[in-house]
Amino acid sequence: MTVYLLRRLLQSLLVLVAMSVIVFVGVYAVGDPVEILISPDADQFERERAIRALGLDLPLWQQYLVFVKNALQGDLGRSFVFSEPALQLILQKMPATMELAFGAMFISILIGLPLGLYAGLKPESPGAKVIMAGSILGFSLPTFWVGLMLIMVFAVQLGWLPSTGRGETLYGWSFLTANGLSHLLLPAINLALFKISLVIRLTRSGVRETMLMDYVKFARAKGLSPARVTYVHVFKNILIPVVTVVGLELGSTIAFSVVTESVFAWPGMGKLIIDSINVLDRPVIVAYLLIIVLMFIVINLVVDILYSVLDPRVRLEGQA
Amino acid sequence: MTATLEVCDLKTHFFTRAGVVKAVDGVSFTVGRGKVLGLVGESGSGKSVTGFSIIGLVDPPGRVVGGQILFQGRDLAKISEEEMRQLRGNRIAMIFQDPMMTLNPVLRVDTQMIETVLAHEKVDRESARQRARDALGMVGIPSPEERLKSYPHQFSGGMRQRVAIAIALLHRPELIIADEPTTALDVTIQGQILAEVQKLAANTGTSLIWITHDLSVVAGLADDIAVMYAGRIVEEGQVSNVLDAPLHPYTVGLIGSVPSRNKRGEPLRQIPGMTPSLLNLPAGCAFRSRCARADEVCLKEPALFDLRPGQRARCFHPHLEEVAA
Repeated sequence: MTVYLLRRLLQSLLVLVAMSVIVFVGVYAVGDPVEILISPDADQFERERAIRALGLDLPLWQQYLVFVKNALQGDLGRSFVFSEPALQLILQKMPATMELAFGAMFISILIGLPLGLYAGLKPESPGAKVIMAGSILGFSLPTFWVGLMLIMVFAVQLGWLPSTGRGETLYGWSFLTANGLSHLLLPAINLALFKISLVIRLTRSGVRETMLMDYVKFARAKGLSPARVTYVHVFKNILIPVVTVVGLELGSTIAFSVVTESVFAWPGMGKLIIDSINVLDRPVIVAYLLIIVLMFIVINLVVDILYSVLDPRVRLEGQA
Repeated sequence: MTATLEVCDLKTHFFTRAGVVKAVDGVSFTVGRGKVLGLVGESGSGKSVTGFSIIGLVDPPGRVVGGQILFQGRDLAKISEEEMRQLRGNRIAMIFQDPMMTLNPVLRVDTQMIETVLAHEKVDRESARQRARDALGMVGIPSPEERLKSYPHQFSGGMRQRVAIAIALLHRPELIIADEPTTALDVTIQGQILAEVQKLAANTGTSLIWITHDLSVVAGLADDIAVMYAGRIVEEGQVSNVLDAPLHPYTVGLIGSVPSRNKRGEPLRQIPGMTPSLLNLPAGCAFRSRCARADEVCLKEPALFDLRPGQRARCFHPHLEEVAA
């Protein structure tokens, strides 16, 4: 286990280095931030002073080395736009996105697993057919449109839930206050819709596949109650694919929840990164992507560890 | 004394889109207390479905549509699902063909054994655990206490089948249905398992239905034999009678196809043709298209004729003349 973790750590470092180089070069190739940041009527002298202050006068490889040197000391650079540390900017926005993503994931598991289980156990029932048809809608309706519909129905017409902002926060978290929670609900549902469908389909196909296995028939031949067969013998086996996909989905939800954040004016990281890309605010872009990469690495590690808990045949030491 | 199991005119049909498949169509047999019945036939002859019908585990679109399954005088075809569940694993147990697939890969052996004990008896976990350990020891698994904590993938195929047998024996059932339990094992392990089961059945007075396509297994193990073809029993009787002097041409062919009976250097003998599709079985004897003795009489369905004492065959032209084929 320790060897495994060390090896994973080393791999992660390599990924981080590669990622930072790619982003550095990529943003450099896209355009010159100076053109956007400095007002057109600044004179030559002001221009050069600004360029030097941002460190943009050095060749790219030297800029990168400076960045690495600072990064090793925990400084990912200052935003060109806000003149604040990039890391701090991102961390300020992080709780908003995190609670949105985790809220959406929580909803999708809470709703998706039972519905998928039902659809898998009674595939011929009318209920199962309604669920499966509904999951197609969840897959195919565009997020922004559903978001607008949710706002129209629940915020404008019914007036049950607020449509924008985070509401009251406690220690930077919305879900800790009743008001904040009501603000969180609509965007979380919006973001969860696709994932609910995904979990439903995954669970259903897992259940249908597992029900045909000999060990399920044997469990029934032992005289176990139907509940025990379903919730112990079948359920534990379908959790493995579900955990994998939910883990990967969690990562991409945190990284790419920008559409929902825009529709509901949710001040999260997604909004920050889009704004930063627009003005080529390189330190923020690099810092954001590094954090996202780090997060994916952590999630994948957690998923792998969960595997070994769920499936005794998986041994972490054996993997490369 | 009533027999442990009496099956009368059992019919299990599968209602598929293509039509009704009569997998089991009027099967009757009796298994006495402590007796071993060998149920023999090719793949698709309905022998496994017969086993699943008895224990009430025929999957849709299949259904038991007729007949009686009298287990100690109670008709299993008529009782509720909950009553059936209480019998399963308790009074009637089943062992499956592929030991690699019968144990749940993500649950420890002790979990899978203890849950079986607790499904039928109100005992505390510790005594259930002791029962599980004793059962493992009984089927010849070394250091059962430690092996209880193992997962199925940590056992070999033969050992897994022993675990499955131990689970079947937990409640000392009156009847065990063994569906080709040694087919997936190599020959030395087969022998061990057979000897083990024979010993255990004799000690506990358990009746056995041993489903197999391997006549050599039945020869050493069973008291009676029933040969199935296309959903019906075509010949039945005491093992020694049927194997030494088979009456039905199908049984004759089956015995003739056992490789060790063939002479070295000669091509192996086999039964020509294939098992017919059960979807639209033509009227009359189902074997007639593969039978050298068939004529126009066989267009009618033969009954099971009592041809010798304790030996019956479903044939108009039985091999009565030959003695010891």
